[in-house]
Amino acid sequence: MATPPHSDPADKVALVSGDTANAGALAGLHARLMLFPPYRLTGDVLKRLGFSGRSAVIAIPYVWLLAFFLTPFLIVLKISFAETVVAIPPYTALITFAENGWIAFHATLDNYTFLFDDPLYINSYLSSLKIASIATLITLSVGYPIAYGMVRSPRRWRFALLMLVILPFWTSFLIRVYAWIGILKKEGLLNLALINLGVISEPLTILNTDTAVYIGIVYSYLPFMVLPLYANLEKMDLNLLEAAADLGCRPIKAFWVITIPLSLSGIIAGCFLVFIPAVGEFVIPDLLGGSETLMIGKTLWSEFFYNRDWPLSSAVAVLLLLVLVIPIVLFQRIQERNARAEA
Amino acid sequence: MRQGLTWFNIGSLFLGFLFLYLPIALLIVYSFNESRLVTVWAGFSTKWYGEMLQNESLLSAGWMTLKVAFTSSCFATVLGTLAGLVMSRFGTFHGRTLFSGMIYAPLVMPDVITGLSLLLMFVAVALDRGFVTITIAHITFSMCYVAVVVQSRLVSFDRSIEEAAMDLGCPPARTFFQITLPIIAPAVVAGWLLSFTLSLDDLVIASFTSGPASTTLPMRIYSQVRLGVTPEINAVCTILVGLVATGVLAASLITRRQEMRREAEERQAAATS
Repeated sequence: MATPPHSDPADKVALVSGDTANAGALAGLHARLMLFPPYRLTGDVLKRLGFSGRSAVIAIPYVWLLAFFLTPFLIVLKISFAETVVAIPPYTALITFAENGWIAFHATLDNYTFLFDDPLYINSYLSSLKIASIATLITLSVGYPIAYGMVRSPRRWRFALLMLVILPFWTSFLIRVYAWIGILKKEGLLNLALINLGVISEPLTILNTDTAVYIGIVYSYLPFMVLPLYANLEKMDLNLLEAAADLGCRPIKAFWVITIPLSLSGIIAGCFLVFIPAVGEFVIPDLLGGSETLMIGKTLWSEFFYNRDWPLSSAVAVLLLLVLVIPIVLFQRIQERNARAEA
Repeated sequence: MRQGLTWFNIGSLFLGFLFLYLPIALLIVYSFNESRLVTVWAGFSTKWYGEMLQNESLLSAGWMTLKVAFTSSCFATVLGTLAGLVMSRFGTFHGRTLFSGMIYAPLVMPDVITGLSLLLMFVAVALDRGFVTITIAHITFSMCYVAVVVQSRLVSFDRSIEEAAMDLGCPPARTFFQITLPIIAPAVVAGWLLSFTLSLDDLVIASFTSGPASTTLPMRIYSQVRLGVTPEINAVCTILVGLVATGVLAASLITRRQEMRREAEERQAAATS
């Protein structure tokens, strides 16, 4: 890790003492601890190795994420090359140490070839991508008018409107999906209302179909679409629309030529925030979808919990990650750029 | 061009919010239904709340969930604040791209992947599954949300105050505690709340990383929901929704009032100087 040439907080902190602030108390503790050789020695060694307050601040979250975010993926990758066995844990080791001192390396591509041989998996991937992209487009067309309406509202309403969008985002995902079961099922509230209104005579079958999955995704992810769109549209210079109107541009055309292109980064961020998690969604297809609703998150879940095939579910996860890696990297780029643009 | 709302704007806002709130409203209304049948209204009753309080397994799952949510959100807030600080104040360093990748990726990573990978790691290091493993899993994804919230607050405030303090000889650590932390406090509080509710909400990751003795409330709700809609679950959900809504509204009103006061003070300072 890089050491900055100019600052060494540890030294300076030691000079400050007798202060009411937290940092002051820490400095006092530090000064007192410096009297003990082991503490001083450890500090010296760390400093000699190029550690400083700055690199400690970087290191703490960095090490945590390396240990609990990156390492688990490497383990998934490793296990996806193993074979299933009836044991604890239920997979073979990649590297074994034989008694005579040899190291045996044992890997198989069987799990991956199985994924491509059995149409169930390919169809799950394709149908997840299809459902997620259609749902993302619907969410965009539902969310854009809401975000646009919020931006056009009087300034004093905006905070309340923003809270109204954020609140469902904080409410439990599971509860919001569950709420739709009571509405969509055959003897549910929607059918009841439609029959009483005389719109239909026979109840519609919506629950346990793909339609219910679309409704579930659009409903659950709507705040993720509205918030980036709102943040983006709010910054737009309304004078541009006025100028366009003065020059004889009709509002509809001004919307397509000015508003949409200017809000493109918000649209892209919102679409990624909906699309990527929706591809691997489990709760919505499981509770609202039917037995013929194929989604890869559901396939992985049943492979793991019902078939107890750990290597195969690891392979499913690796392949899902490969499908998502391009959108994830693009999403990271856009977030970084937006963060820098704000600064 | 005429500014302000058109009928189209009002219509889309109205329908949009109706769509967002109607399902939850119906859920709450039917938790007070006398009948066990969810769609038949048989009069007002709070008996399902009473029955919920008798349900031992539901209560112990709820207690477990609160413990995990509280512990994980405290850790996640500290780690996430550090990470947000690194992202916005530390410029470039070796491995920055990897670091920002590890911050942004968990935000969109499908839960099934995160859950499976953490479980396989816990098995590989032979860590017993239970409270500790669920908490570690929740810290890991919550801290990324905290980092993003804190970072966006850090980039939007006037850095010259920090620089002034450092120029006057204030060491970095003390500058952080005396200048930076009070300013970003609303974002840190918001981050804590966000982590708490994310943890309260999580089903998939907890299902992978929990052991036989540690069932969380979402897992309990899920296993009952699979058997059908019951007014008892409606009652549990209503309480959860109420708790979260109160917390979020209170927190946002407090931060908003603070922000308005500070803006007023800044205006005043600008006017007098």
